[in-house]
Amino acid sequence: HLTVTEPVAILKASEVWGALRGLETFSQLVYEDDYGSFLVNESEINDFPRFAHRGVLLDTSRHYLPLKSILTNLDAMAFNKFNVLHWHIVDDQSFPYQSIYFPELSDKGAYSPNLIYTPTDVRLVIEYARLRGIRVIPEFDTPGHTQSWGKGQKDLLTPCYSGGQPTGSFGPVNPVWNTTYDFMAKFFKEISSVFPDEFIHLGGDEVDFSCWKSNPEVKEFMKRQGFGIDYAKLESYYVQNILDIVSSYNKGQMVWQEVFDHKARLKPDTVVQVWMANNYAHELSSVTGAGFTAVLSAPWYLDYISYGQDWKKYYSVEPLKFPGSEKQKKLVIGGEACLWGEFVDATNLTPRLWPRASAVGERLWSSSNVTNLQDAYKRLTNHRCRML
Amino acid sequence: AENEPSWETPCTELLVYVSTPGCDGFPSLDSKESYKLSVSKGSMLLSAETIWGALRGLETFSQLVGRDENGTYYINETEIVDFPRFPHRGLLLDTSRHYLPLRAILETLDVMAYNKLNVFHWHIVDDPSFPYESSTFPELSKQGAFNAMTHVYTASDVRTVIEYARLRGIRVIAEFDTPGHTLSWGPGAPGLLTPCYIGETRSGVYGPINPIVNSTYQFVTSLFQEISTVFPDFFLHLGGDEVDFSCWKSNPEIRAFMVNMSFGEDYKKLESFYIQRLLNIVSSLGKGYIVWQEVFDNDVKLRPDTIIHVWKENTMQYINEMANVTRAGYRALLSAPWYLNRISYGQDWIAAYKVEPLSFEGSPEQKALVMGGEACMWGEYVDVTNLTPRLW
Repeated sequence: HLTVTEPVAILKASEVWGALRGLETFSQLVYEDDYGSFLVNESEINDFPRFAHRGVLLDTSRHYLPLKSILTNLDAMAFNKFNVLHWHIVDDQSFPYQSIYFPELSDKGAYSPNLIYTPTDVRLVIEYARLRGIRVIPEFDTPGHTQSWGKGQKDLLTPCYSGGQPTGSFGPVNPVWNTTYDFMAKFFKEISSVFPDEFIHLGGDEVDFSCWKSNPEVKEFMKRQGFGIDYAKLESYYVQNILDIVSSYNKGQMVWQEVFDHKARLKPDTVVQVWMANNYAHELSSVTGAGFTAVLSAPWYLDYISYGQDWKKYYSVEPLKFPGSEKQKKLVIGGEACLWGEFVDATNLTPRLWPRASAVGERLWSSSNVTNLQDAYKRLTNHRCRML
Repeated sequence: AENEPSWETPCTELLVYVSTPGCDGFPSLDSKESYKLSVSKGSMLLSAETIWGALRGLETFSQLVGRDENGTYYINETEIVDFPRFPHRGLLLDTSRHYLPLRAILETLDVMAYNKLNVFHWHIVDDPSFPYESSTFPELSKQGAFNAMTHVYTASDVRTVIEYARLRGIRVIAEFDTPGHTLSWGPGAPGLLTPCYIGETRSGVYGPINPIVNSTYQFVTSLFQEISTVFPDFFLHLGGDEVDFSCWKSNPEIRAFMVNMSFGEDYKKLESFYIQRLLNIVSSLGKGYIVWQEVFDNDVKLRPDTIIHVWKENTMQYINEMANVTRAGYRALLSAPWYLNRISYGQDWIAAYKVEPLSFEGSPEQKALVMGGEACMWGEYVDVTNLTPRLW
């Protein structure tokens, strides 16, 4: 609650996080007149976010992002009242996270020895974010998207076979070995203590079954488990084990939508991130219809650049426009603008992400009837200059 | 280790030999940019006919130098004979849609040199703003710039750009686009633009330059007199694209003029009337000119040494336009497939790379009329915050 009158302006909030949001608003109300005097108009503001989860995804595996890039981005997020940094920290291409228990993971998996995030770096990001009211949710995506893990951790990934012989290449994490779960248990124990947020993102997207299908041990396991030839069942078997592990550390889990789509048994408070663009409204219905909370990203893949004012299409998204009851709609807790890193590094991150992400920021904070594009355009142009 | 090369005496000198001396001139369309580079044990020699070729060779040389794990700089034994396929290899920057500070332009010139681009096509003014500080008509930028103090190019700025470019073997070709794309000229030059009409009354809106009044041609003569002295390159780009005829059509004086001249309803003839006079003025100032393709498409009478700039991608396949332009005997520049402002997701450099400028039906003489091309970075969505990663 912000009251601006003479001689004193008052900002009241029940928690410091609200105060941070109010300070941001207050800073935006201040303007300069032609003589250089700073002015603020008498105002009375009662503000609160529409959605509680307003995130930005950064991908530091496809391209390493130096700390400075991440911190600058946290500043920009705060200017736009974003409150979640979804740190997609490792993936196929590189493993920059320096693990305390398993230092070989980054030793062998990072692009190079200096393109890593040390425990100090990670603590710095978490604290810098905290001071801006931003949660840091790390994503350690498995069982797919894990090529880089195999460099530093032998016997983690599934060896692929051809004509009865190992080909030398590897597929997703091997779900049939006990050692896999021993490793994951230890690894996620570390992650659970390093990252203070209640939630960890476990990934679970785009698992390519072909390597599993080629592996004789995996095929044998499928038979023993009675999974038939339904490898989605094997994926769910793996994911359920990881969910159990992470639950035992008292962490909540976020997963990509495939985990739900392939019918893994989720914990009741698992958050499902909807990312597939095709008919995402239908997916939101299904996810919330099954009683799970959802976070929307599908229409907000900001890495998909295009010519012109594409912020308008991000702004025009209405997250609750899907068939469902009031109760279901409440289960959509927010969304995330994603900036995947295939074509992004420190040389182009900031101009690619901003101010386009501002459109998503407003959509997630502001009331559902704030939809006028001309009005938004005027405010966005001012806001952009402010951010510069 | 066995295979480690034993670095012998380091090479400390690259000898540069230029057969036609002279570093004080400006590069031109005819400049010879060929060079030879010989690197062998004990001798590194770069030879070129002109200083411009030496610059290209130095760039290549700098790219050949590698560094091993111990930090030693080395270069492989090399024998290179190199020359450009096309003499006009340009880049367009638009400083009207968004002002670009001097440092952004200079940085771009550096990167152009790294890529052996040799023409900076400075699309300096347009509808949204007029940042060029004219000594003859100071009101143009005073009234037409986004901010007359902070968003202008002074005479000194322009000299800086020209010299910075020259030292890198880059020609600066200024474009003062008329008669369309001139809204920002209006405030500083009252009476220059055509007043549009709704019925019998002026609407308050202005259109392209008014082609029927003498004052227009006096103005254009004086302005281009200045521009011809400020910009040393032989060529000026005169624009001539996307002229919207609707304002001309609405203006009763212009309609009367059309009748007097027996142009009928063909406003292309009026456009040609203006352009031809403009071309004569510029020729009499001793400059050559480049124009956008509409000037050719609309049957304007052009001098034989006019260069036509092909930019349209949609209606006609640009390759046909290249054929038509060269068949008519004019030299051509290609930009149509190289509008780099039209960003898209992924490795779009591939589409740009695959373009073959001479893939049209034509005689060898025709193909020889293609001088080269230009990558264009129009400024509607580009300013200093995103220019470099968008362009390179």
